[in-house]
Amino acid sequence: MIETRGLSKSFGGIQAVSNCTFALKDHAITGLIGPNGSGKTTLFNLITGFIPPDRGEIYFKGKRIDGLLPHEVAIGGIVRTFQITRVLPRMTVMENMLIAPPRQTGEKFRSLWFNPKTIRKEERENRKKALELIDLVGLSHLKDQFAQNLSYGQQKLLELARGLMANPSMILLDEPTAGINPIMIRTIMELITKMKEWGMVFFIIEHNMDVIIELCGWIFVLDNGEKIAEGRPKEIQNNPRVIEAYLGI
Amino acid sequence: MDLFLHLWVMIFIYTIFAMSLNLEMGYTGLFNFGHVAFFGIGAYVSALLTLHQVPFEFALVAALLAAGLLGFLLSIPSLRLRGDTFGIATLGFGEIIRMVFQNEVWLTKGPMGLPGIPKPVLFSYRFATLPQYLLLTLGFSVLTFLVLRIIIRSPLGRAFKAVREDEVAAVALGKNIFHFRIKSFVIGSVLAGLAGTLWGHYTTFISPGDFTLLETILVLLIVVLGGKGTELGPLVGAVVLIFFQESLRFLRLPAEWSRYLAPLQQMIFGSLLIFLMIYRPEGLLREKGAGR
Ligand SMILES: Nc1ncnc2c1ncn2[C@@H]1O[C@H](COP(=O)(O)OP(=O)(O)O)[C@@H](O)[C@H]1O
Ligand SMILES: [Mg+2]
Repeated sequence: MIETRGLSKSFGGIQAVSNCTFALKDHAITGLIGPNGSGKTTLFNLITGFIPPDRGEIYFKGKRIDGLLPHEVAIGGIVRTFQITRVLPRMTVMENMLIAPPRQTGEKFRSLWFNPKTIRKEERENRKKALELIDLVGLSHLKDQFAQNLSYGQQKLLELARGLMANPSMILLDEPTAGINPIMIRTIMELITKMKEWGMVFFIIEHNMDVIIELCGWIFVLDNGEKIAEGRPKEIQNNPRVIEAYLGI
Repeated sequence: MDLFLHLWVMIFIYTIFAMSLNLEMGYTGLFNFGHVAFFGIGAYVSALLTLHQVPFEFALVAALLAAGLLGFLLSIPSLRLRGDTFGIATLGFGEIIRMVFQNEVWLTKGPMGLPGIPKPVLFSYRFATLPQYLLLTLGFSVLTFLVLRIIIRSPLGRAFKAVREDEVAAVALGKNIFHFRIKSFVIGSVLAGLAGTLWGHYTTFISPGDFTLLETILVLLIVVLGGKGTELGPLVGAVVLIFFQESLRFLRLPAEWSRYLAPLQQMIFGSLLIFLMIYRPEGLLREKGAGR
């Protein structure tokens, strides 16, 4: 679905992403791994339009998307989460969920006065879906709490659920299991597997090798901003360049 | 009794003024330090038009449109700025508008001000006496409150809050934060214009000195004291602060004291603002969901 050609980005002297060309095939979950500072987050930032590339092209479903503003990319169907979780702290868990659907009728000033029926209907449907997702991630008892009152792991779950609530064609997760306890990691992995069965497509940056091997159908490996390998988890695990760069053995 | 009615008229006018700032600051996170400019525009436009025999209904609509248009024009360049820089731009804007009131003598009579602003006539009902004016300001407060409540509780209001909470997260979910900022700012400007209009026709005399930074600070204080981002906060803040301010004015103090009164009041307001920011930043009322 996503394809890049010759993508490059440097910050001052640092070449964060260097001449990256790759294509995501039809795997439900594709992984992106690489040592710290190898340019994984930067690659996500480029795809989602948060930073403009220096050179190169990005395609999504065959359409060119580099040059779009980040909110346009999101509306186009690519939603992301952040390495450092970004919930809306002084809004309730429910409000965090309801913000996600793109282009809501009730976000237009005029509709508030001329189209209240449609808005009420949309809200009812969104609320129902949000409740299901909140329930799925086990946060029902916290739905009227400010998101800032949640533990870090719960915030990660909320961010994931919120991404799904946006109903994207593809969701990009930046280290969904970083900084949380093993039980919570399990919960998140099960959640991703379940969403995969429901047809959601993922592109995941992940540090935890076990997670990546278990979940992904295909893996890209970055080192120093360059793609050094791609393949099935088994192949990647045994690839000498990957072992040298990433596993440091 | 008249003092009591007068107090409530002022409270309602400032409640509208504060509600408009609360939408921008409390709900959307836009720190507007030039909000008095829109209050002033409302007051001047409506005063000038009615002084030229334009019916109040039209003058009011023109005043609201002028305030909204000005808000729109200002928001395009300055809402691209972030946080503090935006605050400074609005501060400068507030001063510029006051200078316009002061220097465009042909139109505004400059520092002399505009005396004899007529009492409003709405659908041939004249709001001349204090009780009548109280009714008028109460009516507009309730109307403003209801309109804002619909906005705040709608998906639009939710998007405003998302912009306030985390712009990056909002963008990642497909929100055009620039549009939402403009919308909030324009709605806030129109409602500040309404408050200004009501105030001008109440005092019947306006001059540039009425629209200084001090007014912005007062309304800021009302919002912060009442509780940013709460529906009833502006009313609560206005009751406390307007009561305090206006009763000082009507105390029968010895003449030699009165010249200390204004600076004293500014000092008290300033200290109160600092105290609130440090010890109770959420104000008297709190947003829902904060518990635990
Ligand atoms: N906004 C930025 N400004 C300057 N340097 C950056 C910025 N973002 C990333 N970098 C640098 O680019 C390199 C790649 O970073 P990043 O993409 O975050 O790596 P990863 O996510 O793989 O750990 C690092 O050297 C980092 O310091
Ligand atoms: Mg990273």
